[in-house]
Amino acid sequence: MLAEIVKAFSDEYKKTPVRVKVLDAFLVYALATAAVQFAYMLLVGTFPFNAFLAGFLSCVGFFALTVCLRMQVDPANKEFSGISPERAFADYCLANLVLHLVVWNYMG
Amino acid sequence: MRLFAKVGEASKYLALVGICVLAFSIRLFSVVKYESVIHEFDPYFNYRVTQFLTKEGFYEMWNWFDDRTWYPLGRVIGGTVYPGLIFTAGSMYRILHFFNIPIHVQEVCVFTAPLFSAFCALACYGLVSQARGPGAGLLAALFVGMVPSYISRSVAGSYDNEGVAIFALVNVFYWFVKTVNTGSVKDSVLCVLAYGYMVLSWGGYSFIINLLPLYCLACVFFGRMTGRLYVAFAPLVAIGTAMSASIPVVGFNAVLMSEHFGAFFAFVVLHVALLVGYVRRMLSRKHFYVLTTLVLGGAVAAGAVVASAVAAYVGKSPTLGWTGRSMTLLDPTYASRFVPIIASVSEHQPPQWSSYIMDLHILVALAPAGILACFSRLTDATLFLVMYGLTAVYFSGVMIRLMLVLAPAVCCLAAVALSDLLYVICGSLRCRPLFSLFPSSEDTAAAEGDAGDDASAGGSGSKEGAAGAAGEEATPKKKSKSRKSGSSSSSAAAKVYALPAVVSYGLLGMVLVLLGLYVVHCIHASADMYSSPSIVLQSPRQGGGYYVFDDFREAYAWLRHNTHPDAKVASWWDYGYQTTAMANRTVIVDNNTWNTSHIATVGRAMSSPEAKAWQIYRSLDVEYVFVVFGGLVGYPSDDINKFLWMVRIGGGVYPEIKEKDYLTPDGDYRVDAAGAKTMLNSLMYKLSYYDFADESQLSTGQRGIDRVRGYQIGRLNVKLNYFEEVFTSQHWMMRIYRVRDQPLRDPHPRAAKKGKGKAPAPRRG
Repeated sequence: MLAEIVKAFSDEYKKTPVRVKVLDAFLVYALATAAVQFAYMLLVGTFPFNAFLAGFLSCVGFFALTVCLRMQVDPANKEFSGISPERAFADYCLANLVLHLVVWNYMG
Repeated sequence: MRLFAKVGEASKYLALVGICVLAFSIRLFSVVKYESVIHEFDPYFNYRVTQFLTKEGFYEMWNWFDDRTWYPLGRVIGGTVYPGLIFTAGSMYRILHFFNIPIHVQEVCVFTAPLFSAFCALACYGLVSQARGPGAGLLAALFVGMVPSYISRSVAGSYDNEGVAIFALVNVFYWFVKTVNTGSVKDSVLCVLAYGYMVLSWGGYSFIINLLPLYCLACVFFGRMTGRLYVAFAPLVAIGTAMSASIPVVGFNAVLMSEHFGAFFAFVVLHVALLVGYVRRMLSRKHFYVLTTLVLGGAVAAGAVVASAVAAYVGKSPTLGWTGRSMTLLDPTYASRFVPIIASVSEHQPPQWSSYIMDLHILVALAPAGILACFSRLTDATLFLVMYGLTAVYFSGVMIRLMLVLAPAVCCLAAVALSDLLYVICGSLRCRPLFSLFPSSEDTAAAEGDAGDDASAGGSGSKEGAAGAAGEEATPKKKSKSRKSGSSSSSAAAKVYALPAVVSYGLLGMVLVLLGLYVVHCIHASADMYSSPSIVLQSPRQGGGYYVFDDFREAYAWLRHNTHPDAKVASWWDYGYQTTAMANRTVIVDNNTWNTSHIATVGRAMSSPEAKAWQIYRSLDVEYVFVVFGGLVGYPSDDINKFLWMVRIGGGVYPEIKEKDYLTPDGDYRVDAAGAKTMLNSLMYKLSYYDFADESQLSTGQRGIDRVRGYQIGRLNVKLNYFEEVFTSQHWMMRIYRVRDQPLRDPHPRAAKKGKGKAPAPRRG
């Protein structure tokens, strides 16, 4: 029955529009980068800690912002009806600018 | 008619401007009564750092190592100060000088706090308008602009972190609630920037970073979880943590200390909730249930592993990962048991009931009504107001200093309650057939708690009273056409709200009288109670007018002009900041109190006999020692009254100092003939009462009677062999002594005074 559930899920998932699937790919990429950084930290040690924190938080922040964009762009989502996808993307760019400025400053 | 809608809008903005001007000017009493001077102790440190910033520049201040305090240890200013206030004042100074307005940096510092209290009133207006409507917002702005608890820490001259931090706090809350209402990422970015400013300004940011996760968990728990909550919270945690780690004073504590773990936990919970919701939407019910049961077992096991890892990490530290400051807030008895320095500060004591009434007046009664009003029409924003109020009440009960965090919360809750009441009154006044052309007022179909950013004439009209109701009923009719609720609910609401006219007018009158009493009380509290700079004292004279005691500044000026620039000055830590700022001399300990054993060394010196104290001070290169003494004029906050704290703190590090040695056999603290021998032999006693017997006989006619303690002192004839008096201020409130290079060989020190000493000791008064 697990295979059945997975098949049902992937069938449903194929119906989502392409732009949302692209965003989902970005989410997977952000998670993978964060995991790689964390594994590297476990192997090599935490010095300099601020560099690790900056890189890790950059991935986490990018992940959170992309989830926000996905929620706003997904046509199946009714609660963000007041925000057009273009406006959502512009806000997303602004937020990423702030995130990466902070991260760049902290990296040292 | 559209004209009346415009008039409504304009009157709302006019009211806001008036509230800002009011909030600024009510804090100016100290400037009018005394002069434009920095108050208290801590603001002097902030002033000194701001002077340094404006003179030397940003990078110099950021990397400043201060060698004029905590001699011989020094202090890293860049890494131990919350620089928000200083950068704010420094930027204002730069902007003013760019436009060639030559205001001295002291004036900029003195007036920073009143300016930011006006901004705080605007932020409160924003917060409550998001929660309930612009009418309630205006009431909240009025309350916050005048509440005495906030005035006490933000008068003109009180240049301390709270002056800007309370504005930053309410600002973060406003942008957070706005993002929860609109769901736009732009608002979330502004919330993150506001949070960054808050972390820059005050250690109280840990209140925000724990309240917001609590609110998120409450929303998830009560089924109010929406995508907008995620947009508000998740970027705040991610970018906010990076921002707070960039500030040196927080540094790695942003991820390593328990204060922030709540935010990370809520972050994870929010993601899990979102994922569950997403999967539930994608699958059919049957599939979803099967998947849930399969995943739940694995999730519980993984959660247990993570929880035990966190518990192991946290269990390694004796305070479970919380910093010392947070521990004193969570466990009110922590400080008195483990950290006597924190316990000794007067503003860290729990408040009494009377201070709630004095500081909050009618808001104490209206705030619980506000909680009920918030629950009656519950939205995400009003739930947040309720949680803010409840958590702030707990913390205000721990420390009187945190009444300040409670003040905006009760103002917002009271504004919601009063606004609802006024809405009912004015709505029923409109219902009266004599005045209105329409039998049922359709505007009572009120906004069901929706985001109240649209300026409604009804909203501002309800605040201004029913006098203009006759002319305004046409406007509500036009506005009500655009409202979502149908006319059936409006007629039902009209039946509920239609109170008799006499009752409505009576209630309206009572509410206005109540508001008037509040305003009068706030002005009285500000003018009489919270405006004293505590560095200048006044007492009323018989013929009217005031007699001014300016001893402290007199003594610091003497130190500044009559001693070598590299001289080291020792005193109790209370006066450290003032000494470095006004006298510009190196001190041994100051108000930062980061090194308890250094303070204990000074405490030990003050409690030891003269010879031992002389050795301790010589080992620290101290050249001047001063004490604050109030016995001649009756000033109660002097060093003799603080002396037991010196003994306790000294005894905490040096076990040969025992508190019971300084008390009488009954356990009393006395300095008369019944006082303990160790007390009468201590350096503090000798430095305070040297020559006091003769002086008191000359000035008051009573030989040796201490006007603060109220009895005659124990040892009238005090001799000093190791110290030499060099300055005593006009009313004997500050007494400065020089540490002699060699002790006197002559046992009668009076004969030696004629030729020696750097300056004659002027006696005045």
